[in-house]
Amino acid sequence: MPRKDKITIKDFNFYYQSFQALRDISFNIHQGEIFAIFGPARSGKTTLLKSLNRLTDLIFGTKHTGTIFLDGADIYGPQLSLTQLRRRIGMVFDLPTPLPLSIFDNVAYGPKLSGTTQKRRLAEIVEKALRSAVLWEEVKDRLRTSALRLSGGQQQRLCIARILALEPEILLLDNPCSGLDPISTASIEETLGKLKKEYTIILVPHTIQQASRVADRAGFFLNGELVEEGPVYQIFTRPRDKRTEDYVTGKFG
Amino acid sequence: MVYRTRHITQGIAKVLIWIAALSTIGVMILILFQVLAEGLPALHLRFFLDSPKSMGREGGIFPTIIGTFVLTAVAILFATPLGVGTAIFLREYTRESRISRLIRFGTDCLAGVPSIIFGLFGFVFFVIYLNMGWSILSGGLTLAAMILPTIISTAEEAIKGIPPSYREVSYSLGGTKWQTVMHTILPSALPGICTGILLSVGRSIGETAAVILTAGSSLMMPTSLFSPIRTMSVHFYILAREGISLKMAYGTGAALILLVLVVNTAANWLLNRYIRHRA
Repeated sequence: MPRKDKITIKDFNFYYQSFQALRDISFNIHQGEIFAIFGPARSGKTTLLKSLNRLTDLIFGTKHTGTIFLDGADIYGPQLSLTQLRRRIGMVFDLPTPLPLSIFDNVAYGPKLSGTTQKRRLAEIVEKALRSAVLWEEVKDRLRTSALRLSGGQQQRLCIARILALEPEILLLDNPCSGLDPISTASIEETLGKLKKEYTIILVPHTIQQASRVADRAGFFLNGELVEEGPVYQIFTRPRDKRTEDYVTGKFG
Repeated sequence: MVYRTRHITQGIAKVLIWIAALSTIGVMILILFQVLAEGLPALHLRFFLDSPKSMGREGGIFPTIIGTFVLTAVAILFATPLGVGTAIFLREYTRESRISRLIRFGTDCLAGVPSIIFGLFGFVFFVIYLNMGWSILSGGLTLAAMILPTIISTAEEAIKGIPPSYREVSYSLGGTKWQTVMHTILPSALPGICTGILLSVGRSIGETAAVILTAGSSLMMPTSLFSPIRTMSVHFYILAREGISLKMAYGTGAALILLVLVVNTAANWLLNRYIRHRA
C-alpha cells in the first residue's frame, strides 16, 4: 500500500559554526509510521530532530542548506508560523523535562499558551492527553502535586502527554527511554504502540533492539550522513551497506 | 613527619575557620545586644503609634515608620520592573554584545558608587532640576537608582541558573519568547529575584545619607508622594547627632531592627512556601 509522505527532507545540510552536523540528508517519512533514526553518538540524530521543529533556531551561529517539507510546505519558508509548526510537531527530549509546575499545569502548558483558558475545557484536554500517554490511572488523584515528584518513567510519559495535549501530527522522540529502567521502558514502548495509530512518530531509539521492536522503518546515521534507510526487517537482517551491517552486528558503536 | 605537619596544618586551619565564624556571630550579637538593651526600655505601644513631640524628645515615631515603609515601597516599585526587565533583556533578548557589556559595566560602576553620591545626584536632579522638592518621590527614585544594580545582578544570576531545557520545552510547545519569559523564566527565577528585592529592602530601610538629601526630614505625616518625610534611619541619625535624645534614638534603632527582622522572616516564609509548592 503506497503511503503518503508526511515529511520530505531534501539535500539538507546543517552546520554549527564551522562544524557540519548533517550532510546531504534526503529521505521521506510516511504518514502514520514509526521511523527510527539510529546511529552512534554525534551522528546528527538530535540535530535532525531539532531541525524538524526548528528548535535549532535557538542556537546561535547555526546555518543550513536544503530544506524540509511538511505536507508539501517548506518549514523554512517565509510563510510559516514558527509557533504553529511547533504545535504540529511535538518533541520529547532524551531526559525527562518536566517544568517545575503541577502535573496538571505541565500538560495544560501548551493549550494555555495557544489560548485555551476555559477551566472545563483544559481539564478535558489534560485528562485525554494523560490517558493517551497511559499515565492517567497513576496520577488522576494527584494532578495538583508537583511533576518533579513523579518517577523518571512517569515524568517521561508526562512529557509525552504534554505534547499530546496540543494534538500534534508528528511526535519527535529523542531517546525517550535513556536513563529509564526496563519496566518504565516497557511502559513507554507500550504507549508508543498505542500512539502509532494516530500520529507519525520519529524515534531515536535507546537501543537497536528497541528500534526493531517498535519501528516500521529505520535510517542509520553515521557522522552526519544517512548511510541507509528502509524497513526495519531489512535494515537489521539484510543491510545493504557494510557500515550498517557492522553497526547492527555490534562491530562498532 | 610529613604526616605530622599535615596534621598540624589541618588543626590550625580548623581553628582559624572556627574563629572567623564565631567572630561574625559575636559581632552580630554584640551590636544587637547593645541596641536592644539601650532601646527596648523605650519601646511601648504608644512609641509605635504616637507622633513625635518637641523634635522627638518625647512622643513616638509613627510618621517615621510610615515614611520608611512608603519610601522603600516606592523605591522597590520603580527598581523592580526596571531591574528585572534589564536582566531579562540581558539573558533572553540579547547575546553577549557591545550593548550587554555596556549595561553590565554600567551596573557594576553604579554598584560601587557611595550612597551619598546618589543623594547628591538625587538632590540636584530630582529635588532641584525636576523641581520635585524634598519628597517621597525624589527619595524613592534616588533609592531606586541606588538598588538597581543589586536587583539586576541577582535577577540575572537567577535567570542564568534556570536549566536550558525549560526554555527548549516552552518553545517546543509553541511558546513565543514573551510567553516563555512570563510562564517559565520568571516563575522559576522568582525566588532569586525576591532575594535581590529583600537585600534592596534592607538597604533602603537602612539608608540615611541619600534619603536625608532627597526626602528631607519632616516629622509631619505625609499626605502625597510629593510630601517630604523622615525615615526611621534619618530620625535615629538626627536624634543622636544633634543630641536630642539618646534614649529615643536607641528606641528608634531597636524598632528598626525589629522591623527588618519581621520583614525578612515574613518574606522568607512566603518564599519557602512558594519553593516547596513548586518542588
